[in-house]
Amino acid sequence: MDNKASEYWRANIRIVSILMVIWFVVSYGLGIILAEPLNAIRIGGVGLGFWFAQQGSMYTFVVLIFYYAWRMNKLDREFDVHED
Amino acid sequence: MDLSTLTYIVVGATFLLYIGIAIWARAGSTGEFYVAGKGVHPVANGMATAADWMSAASFISMAGLIAFNGYGASVFLMGWTGGYVLLAMLLAPYLRKFGKFTVPEFIGERFYSKTARMVAVICLILASVTYVIGQMKGIGVAFSRFLETSYELGLLIGMGIVFIYAVLGGMKGITYTQIAQYVVLIFAYTIPAVFISMNITGNPFPQLGLIGSMADGTGLTMMEKLDQVVTDLGFNEYSTQVMGSKLNMFVYTLSLMIGTAGLPHVIIRFFTVPKVKDARSSAGWALVFIAILYTTAPAVASMARLNLMETIQVGPVGEETANLAYADAPQWFKNWEKTGLLQYEDKNGDGRIQYYNDKNPEMAAKAATYGWAGNEMVKVDRDIMVLANPEIAGLPNWVIAIVVAGGLAAALSTAAGLLLAIASAVSHDVIKGMINPDISEKNELLASRLSMVGAILLAGYLGFNPPDFAAGTVAIAFGLAASSIFPVLMMGIFNKGMNRQGAVWGMIAGIGVTLLYVFQHKGIFFIPGTDFLGEQEANWFFGISPNAFGAVGALVNFVTAIVVSKMTAPPPEHIQHLVEDIRVPKGAGAASDH
Repeated sequence: MDNKASEYWRANIRIVSILMVIWFVVSYGLGIILAEPLNAIRIGGVGLGFWFAQQGSMYTFVVLIFYYAWRMNKLDREFDVHED
Repeated sequence: MDLSTLTYIVVGATFLLYIGIAIWARAGSTGEFYVAGKGVHPVANGMATAADWMSAASFISMAGLIAFNGYGASVFLMGWTGGYVLLAMLLAPYLRKFGKFTVPEFIGERFYSKTARMVAVICLILASVTYVIGQMKGIGVAFSRFLETSYELGLLIGMGIVFIYAVLGGMKGITYTQIAQYVVLIFAYTIPAVFISMNITGNPFPQLGLIGSMADGTGLTMMEKLDQVVTDLGFNEYSTQVMGSKLNMFVYTLSLMIGTAGLPHVIIRFFTVPKVKDARSSAGWALVFIAILYTTAPAVASMARLNLMETIQVGPVGEETANLAYADAPQWFKNWEKTGLLQYEDKNGDGRIQYYNDKNPEMAAKAATYGWAGNEMVKVDRDIMVLANPEIAGLPNWVIAIVVAGGLAAALSTAAGLLLAIASAVSHDVIKGMINPDISEKNELLASRLSMVGAILLAGYLGFNPPDFAAGTVAIAFGLAASSIFPVLMMGIFNKGMNRQGAVWGMIAGIGVTLLYVFQHKGIFFIPGTDFLGEQEANWFFGISPNAFGAVGALVNFVTAIVVSKMTAPPPEHIQHLVEDIRVPKGAGAASDH
């Protein structure tokens, strides 16, 4: 693999790693592990931990995928590996 | 117009629509049959994926699961949506770049091994067949309950409809019917949800009603009210009850996420879009369309539970007149009693209904002082939380008719997607890939149609004679996908040094561990009495339930594959080039030439 290709791949891994950390934090972190202490904070009528487990994590997942799609398209252009 | 005529009209109209689409979207080549000619718009594919993914279980049973497990059921909500993040970032764009027709085909080429391809075909067929049984049952049950036909006739009609559009149109026909089916099912799900949310919280958005206040002037929030009502009757507090343990919830969620990302019928949907870039955004659209239902479900669940509890317990617990007299029970209660989904037994002979948790010793002691003789709602099937919702909320008959059409759309769309995954594995991976590589395009198309016919007949047979283990099949489908397919695909893309030996042994080890764990607790091939460690929670490995074990199987797969690949020869040069090629989007058009 030439340098440019491996640089592109490293940048890709970096983007995905950051997004996977957020993916983990909102679902497993806020929704499960820290749910009890977070429930002390209320969002409307429910605890924040409960809200992340049944609402917030899903909204975050949607945002993560669209951000990923946008960021990768940009990266493809930067490295000139985009399609046509 | 009476309900049953109206239901016939609405269901009949949706079926005509599906048949119309089938005639319009016929497949003329193998490319159209397997991947809809790779010409599906990413938003359209997202909608089709959502219908493909949301099964009879998502539509009918999930809200009930949440209603009775409260916070603990978050594992299903997060697990069945979070997998799309894995799919979007780790698999879909690369598999689209590879540009072939099936999942086993990628595994076979990447690991330059017919054995790997065959193991993948077996996993795919096992996972998809077990999954399709549930859909066939869902179709039969929906017909028999609402259209007053027999279960068998309902199943036959369902098979006939799938037959028309799946055999004629393959992936192309399935894609466009799935889009129509998504529209039907999402209206069917959200209309009653909006009404119930309006009734209880005054907010038309169920997602906001969930966190909103009661409209009854008590000043309580909906969740406070629900927690109070259920704990007063000895049930677990809704907003905090866990499923098993926190560790079990963690592993369960992870297993469902990995399993979701590894289910072949979902993955192949991403082969149908024109470009790598479309595969990325299409996963996002799929999740948007799924999340519309999945963020509504917790609101439906909590409000339907509250409705049910308050219908029966009309005043303060312990006061004699606070329990609903059976003679005053609303019509929907009687209707659903007839179906057997609700069962009432007047244990203390007072003519009133006591619904409480008699397994809770404190509550049982208190109940004895009220003269209660045990929980009298001996059966409350979780499915009524969705099915009876329109009646409980007092909605007009046409809403009920749409809910029936929605349940059928959910079951049909998932069944068709699964059947296509099975048929393409048989015709493309087994017939063309192994038995007769020189088969002509025309004959392969014929073979794929015949495989589809075979798959429908097999699924129908299993629907007529559901095997005893049908209830345990979800564990198997997700367990297999998580422990075999996901890890091997991910390593094929992200680990350039992964070789044939690592992939094959990794899959075998992952499946082996998962099946062993499920069988030892649920019986060998689910045959009663052959479980040697029992169903008891005490014997579970760190308290992890068999359904949640796929993530452990995946870990075993990863570790085995890496260790084995380090000890054996690295993959040949051309395979390393193949990996380098799928990692960049440029040239997807060329790669798709067959």
